Amino acid sequence: MVPMPQDPATYAATATPPRVARKIKGLSDRAIAWIFVGPTIFLLLAINIFPLIWTIRLSFTNFKANRNREVEWIGTRNYERILTDSDIWLNMQATAHFLFWTIFFQVLIGFTLAYLINKKFKGNDLWTTIIVLPMMLSPAVVGNFWKFLYQPQIGLFNYIVAFFTGKDPSSFEMLGSVQLAPWSIVIVDTWMWTPFVMLICLAGLRSIPDYIYEAAEVDRASKLRQFFTITIPMVLPFLMLAVLFRGIENFKMFDLVVQLTGGGPGSTTELTSINLKREAFEKWRTGYASAYAIILFVTVFGLASIYVKALNKVKER
Amino acid sequence: MKTFKLASVSALSLVAASMASTAQADDLTLCWAAWDPANALVELSKEFEAQSGHNMSFEFIPWPNFADRMLNELNSGGKLCDLLIGDSQWIGGGAENGHYVKLNDFFDAEGISMSDFADATVYAYSTWPKGTPNYYALPAMGDANGWFYRKDWFGREDIQAAYKEATGQDLREPQSQKEMLQIAQFFQGREIDGQTVYGASIFTERGSEGITMGVTSALYPWGFKYENTPGSYDMDGAVNSAEAVEALEFYKEFYETATPPGYTNSYMGESLDAFKSGQVAMAMNWFAFFPGLYADPNTGGDKIDFFVNPPQNQAGSTLGGQGISVVAYSDKQDAALEYIKWFANPDVQAKWWSLGGYSAHNSVLNDPGFKDSAPFAGDFLEAMGGVQDFWQEPAYAELLLAMQKRLHDYIVADQGTAQEALDKLVEDWTEVFEDEGKL
Repeated sequence: MVPMPQDPATYAATATPPRVARKIKGLSDRAIAWIFVGPTIFLLLAINIFPLIWTIRLSFTNFKANRNREVEWIGTRNYERILTDSDIWLNMQATAHFLFWTIFFQVLIGFTLAYLINKKFKGNDLWTTIIVLPMMLSPAVVGNFWKFLYQPQIGLFNYIVAFFTGKDPSSFEMLGSVQLAPWSIVIVDTWMWTPFVMLICLAGLRSIPDYIYEAAEVDRASKLRQFFTITIPMVLPFLMLAVLFRGIENFKMFDLVVQLTGGGPGSTTELTSINLKREAFEKWRTGYASAYAIILFVTVFGLASIYVKALNKVKER
Repeated sequence: MKTFKLASVSALSLVAASMASTAQADDLTLCWAAWDPANALVELSKEFEAQSGHNMSFEFIPWPNFADRMLNELNSGGKLCDLLIGDSQWIGGGAENGHYVKLNDFFDAEGISMSDFADATVYAYSTWPKGTPNYYALPAMGDANGWFYRKDWFGREDIQAAYKEATGQDLREPQSQKEMLQIAQFFQGREIDGQTVYGASIFTERGSEGITMGVTSALYPWGFKYENTPGSYDMDGAVNSAEAVEALEFYKEFYETATPPGYTNSYMGESLDAFKSGQVAMAMNWFAFFPGLYADPNTGGDKIDFFVNPPQNQAGSTLGGQGISVVAYSDKQDAALEYIKWFANPDVQAKWWSLGGYSAHNSVLNDPGFKDSAPFAGDFLEAMGGVQDFWQEPAYAELLLAMQKRLHDYIVADQGTAQEALDKLVEDWTEVFEDEGKL
């Protein structure tokens, strides 16, 4: 009878061929751990940390990637220029407007839809599938598609608005008007990404055990009270997660808005990501664009860190 | 012994193969924008393939992405293109950044003389620094921004009478910018054959170069100058002069009162669509499209006519067009130069014009029959006599994008005044030239 080894690890070690075992025996646990973790750390350094450090370095220079000229160290001049440029602050405002209203509407509508879908009714699954369809489309397709819908002469959107308001469909331009263009991109992003928020909320709603509601019923809590004291607090971490995802995603929004308005009219919908792309890859002001990217990175990183701390606190409650 | 034989045969095969490859034809790739003349060039180049034995491949990029794609290609030292028909404004960057091969020695060796080509095109498409005899391209495609209109509508008696009643003048091809606006305003919202039509389609595109090309078509006739003294980069008082302000206000009025609704981001394609769909009475676009427009079965033929960008204080048209350059990163420069030598041939240039390309060769342009060879040929000659181009500096992209922003902010987004827009443009351009070390 083969004697039983002390534990599976010892058994595995004894099962290792003698030459390999001898080699491994020479290595400490720490060394073996490094062998496994090393490639990942190397990749992380190569594709994340090094470019970040290099970008920080470039941000203090006048480097232009398309020019064969000597690179000069210009200190914080790029940062000063960016932070004192009123046009860039307008881009920041446009981004903040887009971010706030898309998240607001997506959370509001997404949660409402999730709440309705969570009620069992006939055709529940079919409706869920239909609602989720927009987020399965490519942003480029959605952008082009909505561009046609917003067309003042033939666009369906204008005709629907005209039907309800009695206005002439050609009398307003969703994409060409300074007042309406920021809302036109909010509408499209909300149409596309509300299903995503809905799915997360639905997961949150379905994670609430029935017995909590049953206990509340026994205590004769009204539906409204159940909603505010059970549903909302228990879904809140999920909602906050959805807000975090959408916030990060929309802060770097590019494709959809480029397809719809190209940043126009004028610079009304020129979000920071669009402006950054123009500086970096159309004007080729690499040093300046690096400083711009660092400022945006610090902003997103700072806001996200604060938000994640708040999210953890909510979870701990 | 057997091994030795095998090795010998293999070595011999390798040598033979390498010798064969040196004698073999090259595969040349020519890069350009995707538009009508590019198709004509494909047809034309078949003759070169037959003569030289080289194979021609083509990489045609849609206009809105053309600059982005090609400049990225050049900046990264890419080998995609052996020959590039690049925009005139790229010549400074192409020369200074070493993207284009300098062609002087080649021209001398092959007896290609730049005096055989129209002066304006040599200046605009080939030389850097401007006006010096340093050639980085051969003029390939002459072009300028022009206009076309619905000749059939202009010729209708009821419309002529209505115009006379409204303005007290005869309806005709516009003789000035202001008359053109007046005509466009007359057509705006008018019912013709049961359809609402609009005045004109003009360029308002924000992303690449559209609105700048459109607005300069108004600025130049008003006498716009980039610098007070050429080469000084002294722009204050020139770029934002009273004439420039007036021209910019004119273009904004044109946009607001005489264009179809929703044309907030329109360029070549939108202009063509508006005209071909019978929406507008007039439209601006590059001469390069005129052969295709004339051939259009619905709105071409006797329904269309063409005119040069009308003067105001002076004649002036926005320059389009390109020169053909050999890319410095190409491994097949000899074959690429062979193509240029072939292309410079007067017979090839004549065929180029007949196929729909705009030759800049004097033998074609000065031919007595040229003016009557197409309904737009005379206008083309006239336009090329008064063309002005945008900056051709290595930093042209920065200069262009700054202008795109300031113009679109003022004209389409209705922000600020024309004076403020041009003052800000001077500030932007000054900053660019300071960064460049030229100020």
